[in-house]
Amino acid sequence: MKKVYESAAEALNDLLFDGMFIAAGGFGLCGIPELLLQAIKDNGARNLTFASNNAGVDDFGIGILLQSRQVKKMISSYVGENAEFMRQYLSGELEVEFNPQGTLAERMRAAGCGIPGFYTKTGVGTVIAEGKEHREFNGETYILEEGLSVDLSIVKAWKADATGNLMFRKTARNFNPLAAMCGKVCVVEVEEIVPTGSLDGDHIHLPGVYVHRIIQGTHEKRIEQRTTRAAA
Amino acid sequence: MAWDRNQMAARAALELQDGMYVNLGIGIPTLVSNFIPEGITVTLQSENGMLGTGPFPVEGDEDADLINAGKQTITELPQTSYFDSAIAFGMIRGGKIAMAILGAMEVAENGDLANWMIPGKLVKGMGGAMDLVAGVGRVVVVMDHTNKHGDSKLLTACTLPLTGKAVVDRIITNLGVLDVVEGGLKIIETADGVTEDELRAATAATIV
Repeated sequence: MKKVYESAAEALNDLLFDGMFIAAGGFGLCGIPELLLQAIKDNGARNLTFASNNAGVDDFGIGILLQSRQVKKMISSYVGENAEFMRQYLSGELEVEFNPQGTLAERMRAAGCGIPGFYTKTGVGTVIAEGKEHREFNGETYILEEGLSVDLSIVKAWKADATGNLMFRKTARNFNPLAAMCGKVCVVEVEEIVPTGSLDGDHIHLPGVYVHRIIQGTHEKRIEQRTTRAAA
Repeated sequence: MAWDRNQMAARAALELQDGMYVNLGIGIPTLVSNFIPEGITVTLQSENGMLGTGPFPVEGDEDADLINAGKQTITELPQTSYFDSAIAFGMIRGGKIAMAILGAMEVAENGDLANWMIPGKLVKGMGGAMDLVAGVGRVVVVMDHTNKHGDSKLLTACTLPLTGKAVVDRIITNLGVLDVVEGGLKIIETADGVTEDELRAATAATIV
């Protein structure tokens, strides 16, 4: 089965529909599927719900879909760097479900592993726990969190082979393997598609079983906070 | 007189013990890495998927794929490892990270912590803070003792939505160090040039 597609638009356009639920990898602007997000903007699909740790910045990442009003709801842990997000949220235009970061990651992982729910002590005694089942294990209180299954996963990896085996690079891995696991269909953008057999099977970070479509492209890879020290 | 940001970070660094795996929050806690005492080796965890965070890169060596939880460009060390966000929080929730040093908007005398939102005004999100305070061995808060209006940030009860309930062990402020104990907060030490009376006067929480 062919997994390699020519462009983000070709890989996505027959998958997108209004009101769909999408999981996106990335932490801040690091390891975000920037080409696929642009293709979603170009496609114009609306009323989208995104599960993504962050919401990009005003003009990059998911921020471009907030500006075009294509996002109905965000499920995120931290959105502090996006003024347009804050404006739409405070004015009631945008629905937001805050998830603790580790809970969000585990909800994606669990869904991809056939686990419909799990107990965690994260958020006990806070608004996060309201309305959720509480249960004691060994004298400690935990709350039930549910796996998060989505219609589409969009992911950025470093390298793929044609069968969809993926390698990530440094902290750009973050939510990407987990976002990949929780979708009915997973589309991945990579910096390089390498010949099958050239990646060491022991060094694959996410096996191709989770990956359905792959595109190769040129990434801006914008840096959010460029911090340096003086040369010695 | 009181401690400045660097002095608060330096005081917080004295909490580190040799061999610890530690998570440092954004802001003053990040500065703690500049003051790790001689002879102590700690491994810093960054919740975006890295153990063994290194210093900022020299100009020209910035790598968009290598950032800390504050989204700042950093470098790796010989012992660095990378992993996904589920593993990053697995080690936090699983109690493998000995200590978290983080900032706060409010701390209550029972150890309640609020640091993620001000209803109707400021909505940033909790990030990894709820997981950290629920999971790590010891929670140390580093923050200014009072807010910009001069009101105590150490309270009998938090007014803002909580990040965690009864989770804080120690508070380091510009005025001193306090522990959360039975019945309230206990003064451990005062900052240079700050008297115990001054610290008490600036604190709304019960001091025992």
